Amino acid sequence: MHQNFYDAIAANRRKTVFIILVFVLLVGVMVWVLAQAMGFGYYAVPLAVIFAIAMSWGDYYYSDKIVLGISQAHPVNKNEFPYLVNITEAVALGAGVPVPELYMIEDTAPNAFATGRNPQHAVICVTRGLVEKLNRTELEGVIAHEMSHIRNYDILLSTVAVTMVGVVILLSDWMLRFGWRVDRRRSRGNGGEGGDAAAAIFLVIGLAVAILAPLFAQLLRFAISRQREYQADASAAMITRYPQGLANALRKIAADPEPLEVANKATAHLYIWNPLKDNEGRLDRLFDTHPPVEERIKRLEAMA
Amino acid sequence: MGTGSIIALVVVGLVVIVFIGIYNRLVVLRNRVQAAWAQIDVQLKRRTDLVPNLVETVKGYVQHERGTLEAVTAARTAVLKAGSVAEQAKANNALTEALKSVFAVAEAYPDLKANQNFLMLQEELAGIENKIAYARQYYNDSVMAFNQAQQVFPANLIAGMFGFRPHEYFEIPESDRGPVHVKF
Repeated sequence: MHQNFYDAIAANRRKTVFIILVFVLLVGVMVWVLAQAMGFGYYAVPLAVIFAIAMSWGDYYYSDKIVLGISQAHPVNKNEFPYLVNITEAVALGAGVPVPELYMIEDTAPNAFATGRNPQHAVICVTRGLVEKLNRTELEGVIAHEMSHIRNYDILLSTVAVTMVGVVILLSDWMLRFGWRVDRRRSRGNGGEGGDAAAAIFLVIGLAVAILAPLFAQLLRFAISRQREYQADASAAMITRYPQGLANALRKIAADPEPLEVANKATAHLYIWNPLKDNEGRLDRLFDTHPPVEERIKRLEAMA
Repeated sequence: MGTGSIIALVVVGLVVIVFIGIYNRLVVLRNRVQAAWAQIDVQLKRRTDLVPNLVETVKGYVQHERGTLEAVTAARTAVLKAGSVAEQAKANNALTEALKSVFAVAEAYPDLKANQNFLMLQEELAGIENKIAYARQYYNDSVMAFNQAQQVFPANLIAGMFGFRPHEYFEIPESDRGPVHVKF
């Protein structure tokens, strides 16, 4: 178990890099199998990447406006919430980022999220329930967690992850659509019957990869998301030098039974606490965007 | 051009690129330290700027504690006049103490505590103290990153060549480290 936040931050960074490398490896394997089985492959990847980026880019570039629109948030009034505004400015100083814009969702369920394509265009959104139900140190911990997502460029990272999933899905889709035509010229070039058999084997492998790869890609993407949540917790502990505050906040939020009405699958991963019901089964947990709260609290309290 | 010369050129080229990378990183980190120090000053100035407003608000309610109000006004003047870094630090510490006394005294005046302006000032000043603490912490974090970057090998060679020196941490003076005595 990590003893202090410096070690935790370094360890989380290594794990993120590892997961991304596995992701890249997965795409590499798909390309190679495609090339062997179908004869087209090496130009498919740039094409898939361009498509995937085109699909996600608008979401990423305008992420602040889009999410705020979906969530019906309004700007925070400094006169109504002086402490919230002050503590956001203070934590931004501690994190070394510009002060993000503050928005509020009128919902009694306590929750918060951060969005925006970079620290210069960042937004932190809280619910009214969060401000009313948490005490000052707990609120500070939550704001520090969201600020850490901004500082660590997690929104960019999760967009990259989603784009890579998109690439994998596109490649596998093309494999399944066009892969039935085995290139006769290729198999003949490999020397008659032996060539045919090799091509057929690769076709089967290719189909297996095409069917399973999107699943693995999603698992990797959710693994990245969980890793970044731990990282934001550890970064928040470093910024506030008071991990107990965030731990207490997580306990309070987890104990609150109210569902967050405006949340849906598209925005759920951005919140500090998964507003949709957590998956129960052990395998289902691999699809969780957030780590289990007991583990998050345990790691935070170990840093104290 | 023999293969040997080409390889040597490539190696030299790589070394130069790494060199430049390390030097630029040190520059970036040093600028961060300097900007962080300036940020602390921004917060300290904000605090100084609020003092006249506070004195005005409190003056009407607090009849017999003239001394406390005069002390805080004097402390503010000292901050504005302070020259060197050491003088500024001393003056700002004095202002911190003076402000604490004002808010301690205000506890005994329920009318003052209900005043909207006073409450706003209290919240604002408490917020600024928090920001000063965070700014100092970020300064120390920047100093740690900078000092470390220039101490590791091979950056220490480059740092020595170009005159990068370790910066000092912001530390509280020894006198402030003693136990806090609360007198009622």
